[in-house]
Amino acid sequence: MTTLTRRNFLKATGGIAAAGTFGMGFPQLALGGNKSVVVIGGGAAGAVAAKRIKLADPGINVTLIEANDHYYTCFMSNEVIGGGRDISTIRHGYDGLASHGIQVVHAKATGVDTEARTVTTEDGDSFPYDRLVVSPGIDLKWDAIEGYDMAAAEAMPHAWKAGPQTALLRSQLEAMEDGGTFIICPPGNPFRCPPGPYERVCQVAHYFKEHKPNSKILVLDAKDKFSKMGLFTQGWERRYDGMIEWVSGTDTAGGIAEVNTDDMTVTTEFGDTHEGAVINMIPPQSAGHIAQAAGLTDDSGWCPVHLDTFESKLVPGVHVIGDASIATGLPKSGYAANSEAKVCAAAVVAMLADAEPGTPSYVNTCYSLIAPDYGISVAAVYRLAEDKSKVAKVAGGLTPSDASDEMLAREVEYAYSWYNNIVADMFA
Amino acid sequence: MHSRFIPLAILASALVLPPALHADEHGGGAAMASVEMLTGACVACHGPGGASVGPATPSLAGLPAIYFVGAMLSYKHGQDLDAAEAEAASDPELEDVEIFARPGTIMDRIAAGYTLGEIKAMADYFAGQSVALASQEFDAELASKGEALHADNCEKCHEEGGRSTVDDMVPLAGQWKPYLHYSFADFHGGARSMPKKMKSRLEEVMETEGEDGLAALINYYASQQ
Repeated sequence: MTTLTRRNFLKATGGIAAAGTFGMGFPQLALGGNKSVVVIGGGAAGAVAAKRIKLADPGINVTLIEANDHYYTCFMSNEVIGGGRDISTIRHGYDGLASHGIQVVHAKATGVDTEARTVTTEDGDSFPYDRLVVSPGIDLKWDAIEGYDMAAAEAMPHAWKAGPQTALLRSQLEAMEDGGTFIICPPGNPFRCPPGPYERVCQVAHYFKEHKPNSKILVLDAKDKFSKMGLFTQGWERRYDGMIEWVSGTDTAGGIAEVNTDDMTVTTEFGDTHEGAVINMIPPQSAGHIAQAAGLTDDSGWCPVHLDTFESKLVPGVHVIGDASIATGLPKSGYAANSEAKVCAAAVVAMLADAEPGTPSYVNTCYSLIAPDYGISVAAVYRLAEDKSKVAKVAGGLTPSDASDEMLAREVEYAYSWYNNIVADMFA
Repeated sequence: MHSRFIPLAILASALVLPPALHADEHGGGAAMASVEMLTGACVACHGPGGASVGPATPSLAGLPAIYFVGAMLSYKHGQDLDAAEAEAASDPELEDVEIFARPGTIMDRIAAGYTLGEIKAMADYFAGQSVALASQEFDAELASKGEALHADNCEKCHEEGGRSTVDDMVPLAGQWKPYLHYSFADFHGGARSMPKKMKSRLEEVMETEGEDGLAALINYYASQQ
């Protein structure tokens, strides 16, 4: 690489030259020998945290406890629901993480002893930790809507955790006769993936337009505003005019009060009852169960954290990242989860070495697919506020509403690239 | 190897001293985030180490730092090229940086969030990675035609079939086809500006070969894997 001489200024930064490079160019510090980190949950945040900690300091024993053998990404699962993508393409395994020297344990974490600093699994195994990273994602609140329990979710899928629920909703849409009504019920804030329900509307609308053009979509929202609202409604008008009816939170009086799976109806808080051929009920959410069991949640059901380290404000030595955390200022998105994981991982490595955590930097990039040639995005860069009370946006914004067709089409290709690269960042 | 951008004192003491303080439009005197932290923001879209797994987002691995800084400043200041040039001119280490108009989809929104110091640190990191050659499909016949077109029109600056990064030249070989296509479309359409020599060569290719000439070049660069 003789041509590097002139243009390469890298070697000065971060002590890489002194410490040698490893893999992707992370500095190898090897300060955390014999220290153990346990990560619970191998999703958008947990997988990245485990990988970053191990790559930054291979001397740390990193154990990832994940209930499932494979992970289905929520991102791009709407394209599966719309029929544009096979579910096998959003299914990923953990061999890549294991190849980095991470101990991957497929078991359900059932308890955390925060005094003894151990995690127990339902198999009865116990895993000691010096620092614990909890990345459990969300739980669905089964008690929030009358009649909507786990059995009801087989008739009216939530499809808000990707996998069998995604496939179920897809199969219901395929079986639906032309002329039917698809009802989708987005929850109030906060919830996982704020633009997700509205991208799902687009993907289903595209499927209907191609295959079931007499069908309708009814959106019964708990909110009056939603993520990328102007861009979504513009896309609905441009591409699916007359097919989609959106009912605001004011008109539902705050969303869905009751569901009845026998006659396939939902009743709003206002009292209106609607019948659907296919119903996608997305219930209110909270931090995943293990976070609650470990005492990491507050009255809101989510986990308060210090935003520079993502260490719990309630339990020292335990960090919470991803959708479960209260990352004030950041959305509950996949890319934000990735960013939180990187801030957390750097802090964990530093804290295990009795060093001060470095300055954090946060980013979010989120694409939504309105049609196969029509993508939109939101992106933002954030810094920790001086009083550390929030993650403050310093730049960012949405796809311009006057973006050309060419730019909207490019955003689709970049969305697919986003997907492939973030998956590589998680699992490769 | 030394850094063009980072003082040697910091190089020597990077493991024991805290990072340099930098007061600027965003940092407010806070220490700059580490290069791993900063580039962590990039790689979830641009691939591990900046080697994109595609299909469209360009690889950053191996980009000359001068080119990277120019692109980021151009995005950062939107279409205000004077402001981008003024920021480059504020730093003696950046005298070789050239600013060109450069339309983006989201990069203009993202680049605005970073200080010049942070952009330079990112540039250092990606310049230190080996150029990534994407594994992608290509049309062998077009690639063969593109090889000849490249030799006649491009090789003088983009040496070694577009693989070279000598003289801070951006590598073309191995870049993702859709990105190359977008770039040519923007150059040809006028939304993206370029050096005079390149403009005349591109016009020449368009006059003699039309869109097929661009497709040939794109397939030639994509064929190098």
